[in-house]
Amino acid sequence: MLQHDILIVGAGLAGMRAAIRAAEIPGVNVALVSKLHPLRSHSGAAEGGINAALTPDDKWEDHAFDTVKGSDYLGDQDAIDYMCEQAPAEVYWLEHAGTLFNRADNGGLDIRSFGGAGRPRTAFVADVTGHALLHTLYEQVVARDIFVYEEWFVTNLIVENGVCKGVLAWDIVNGGLNIIRAKAVILATGGNGRIYHGRTTNAWSNTGDGIAIAYYAGVPLADMEFVQFHPTTLKPNGVLLTEANRGEGGYLLNSLGERFMARYAPSKMELGPRDLVSRAEVTEVEEGRGVDGCVLLDIRHLGEAKIMEKLPNTRELCETFLGIDPVHEPVPVRPGQHYTMGGIRTNRWTETIIKGLYAAGECACTSVHGANRLGANSLLDTLIFGRVAAERAAEYCKETPPPQVSDSWLTREEERIQRYLKREGKERLAQIRNELGQSMAEDMGVFRTPERMERALQKVKELQERVKHAPIDDKGQVFNTDLLGAIEIEGMLDQAEVICVSAIARKESRGAHARRDYPKRDDENYLKHTLAFYNPEGGPRLEYEPVTITHYQPMERVY
Amino acid sequence: MAKLAVKILRYDPEKDPAPHHETYQVEYEKSTMVLDVLFMIKDFVDGSLTYRRSCRQGICGSCAMRVNDRERLTCYTRVAEIIGENGGEITIEPLANLPVIKDLVVDIGPFFAKYKAIKPYLIHDPNKPVPEKEYRVSKERTTHLQQFGACIQCGACYSACPILGSDDDYLGPAALAKAYRFANDPRDDARAERLKIVGNEIGVWRCHTIFNCTEVCPKGVEPTYAIQQLKRMTVQRKLGFR
Repeated sequence: MLQHDILIVGAGLAGMRAAIRAAEIPGVNVALVSKLHPLRSHSGAAEGGINAALTPDDKWEDHAFDTVKGSDYLGDQDAIDYMCEQAPAEVYWLEHAGTLFNRADNGGLDIRSFGGAGRPRTAFVADVTGHALLHTLYEQVVARDIFVYEEWFVTNLIVENGVCKGVLAWDIVNGGLNIIRAKAVILATGGNGRIYHGRTTNAWSNTGDGIAIAYYAGVPLADMEFVQFHPTTLKPNGVLLTEANRGEGGYLLNSLGERFMARYAPSKMELGPRDLVSRAEVTEVEEGRGVDGCVLLDIRHLGEAKIMEKLPNTRELCETFLGIDPVHEPVPVRPGQHYTMGGIRTNRWTETIIKGLYAAGECACTSVHGANRLGANSLLDTLIFGRVAAERAAEYCKETPPPQVSDSWLTREEERIQRYLKREGKERLAQIRNELGQSMAEDMGVFRTPERMERALQKVKELQERVKHAPIDDKGQVFNTDLLGAIEIEGMLDQAEVICVSAIARKESRGAHARRDYPKRDDENYLKHTLAFYNPEGGPRLEYEPVTITHYQPMERVY
Repeated sequence: MAKLAVKILRYDPEKDPAPHHETYQVEYEKSTMVLDVLFMIKDFVDGSLTYRRSCRQGICGSCAMRVNDRERLTCYTRVAEIIGENGGEITIEPLANLPVIKDLVVDIGPFFAKYKAIKPYLIHDPNKPVPEKEYRVSKERTTHLQQFGACIQCGACYSACPILGSDDDYLGPAALAKAYRFANDPRDDARAERLKIVGNEIGVWRCHTIFNCTEVCPKGVEPTYAIQQLKRMTVQRKLGFR
């Protein structure tokens, strides 16, 4: 019988940080389960850096204010305070664990500027910071001999009477469903960018599986309408070029060679918050000053030496995918889906409304990012709240008996999986996926209108029907990625429905949710989190919840 | 768009007695990567075609395969650049030196067992004080170690190494490069122990400087360099120099 005290779903930064912390707590048995080998997690693609108030002239309170303002005042300030206050200690923990941070001349940590920050406070490893942190954490997982269910896909949560008792997981390599019982489950499954397939920085595996199963189990999804579009992604494939390009001094130019950000964020220029910069880029293109639907990222003036020291991955990506060397040529970029500020609603201790169920990292909405996330705050978020989730879950485990789970859960889930394999029809799963991505990119993008948002919702509903007629070619047990794709796309369609319904209902513009018909922020009516509850009979049911405000009353947000 | 014949080594463990090549016809353009070709086939021709993939931008290490008999990251390899190698046909096969599970998916267990064997984590002497803030490490040392830290554990080097073709016990280039990275981190206190782990006939002395690993590494890690340095360090230690 597979059983643990704490089971962590997802082995990226949040999941592994939780596992490492849990393994330090005496008497706690912890395991990780992931549909990927931990080192394949998309945390590894993060590039720019991690924020912390490290320098003598900086204060965590300032980092917190920048984060609150960046969130367009939708972030929960108690969670933000905690995250920023804990940040320096976490960065030193990473460094002591061996992370190869870039160094200043005196051998101390080098610091760079990043978007929306009042002063430079981003520690980094060239422009492969996520890769470095992911590997450091996996090294620590190996050092502590923490067990990982590698390439197991969690298909469902086991929840009875409002209490989480474990998961059902499909063994990808061998085939077959298993119950893993657990006193506490931490969801750390990352983002859902493939909802925007074709226009996202995210990996193929970022399908929001944890968000979907929490939703089906009755946990509300918060603020799903707040989708971050990163300003500098490559047109052919959506691959990310880090904000650090701008942090190190790079320019954004329109077709006239102007640094157009002067008109949108005269003080911060290219280092305004991402929602603002993405809107600026789209506006430039709409007004005829784009270059083939893009703007130009120019880092030539940084010089080859600096680029090779601080932005070598950027150079490699441009050469590989565009055949352009950014040392010598500007690079066409445009906004692309990158991050979901929304996700599984938790309190500031990562608890959901289900006892024994926690969520941390991008899949969670705590909310430290509110309506817009600052760059280099996500790596921080995953580590701080991964740790908090472990501590909270461990406390809960101490006063919780081992769960009793009937095997009928297994039987029912096996029948459900069989129904996927027995599907018939003439649709192709890939076609459904492509159409979803295209529709969301076009109609639920940087600027939204009521007609387009409604069209996006109708498209989702159409696809929810059509997917039932998309058969699975692979009927085998061993490594059936076709089956996984079918499960993933259904979860994505339901998340997309939540995004659309939430966006339509929010009649204001705030952070990344920018409406042509309601262009202003409306604190009187909308200083609140959207909560979407699963409703099998009809569409998601919406409720709202106040924002936790400690120090900062909402002000006008200019940069 | 141009036409392309893709020959893929298929293997369904539930049906096939042995792996066999299947050929597909696809179209490609200038920006098409080899991984995109696999998707064209899986998406619209045969959904049972099985391969690992995730980031599609050369950082997760999932999609290393043998393409035209050479280890590459399929997401990072442009069809247009390799189309001339094999008379307009592209052959895609799984990594070598690891058991095949299905189609292009291999069992990475043995690869990661070697990773774990070299103690791939920083080891501090518990008697030495830990600084309140960060350790001081020079820019030069950091830049040097970052070259080896760039390894994404994709397995290309492991597949390319002919020694592993006949000796399952050899630790292999990736594990040894990782051992070098830690043995030279000034914050690490376990150099003697590390050199013991690699200074033997399943470690550094199995390397005969064939350089395949260095040639195929998609991230410029140069494992051959790391291994030769470990040989020097091992000998120096044995002879009592440090």
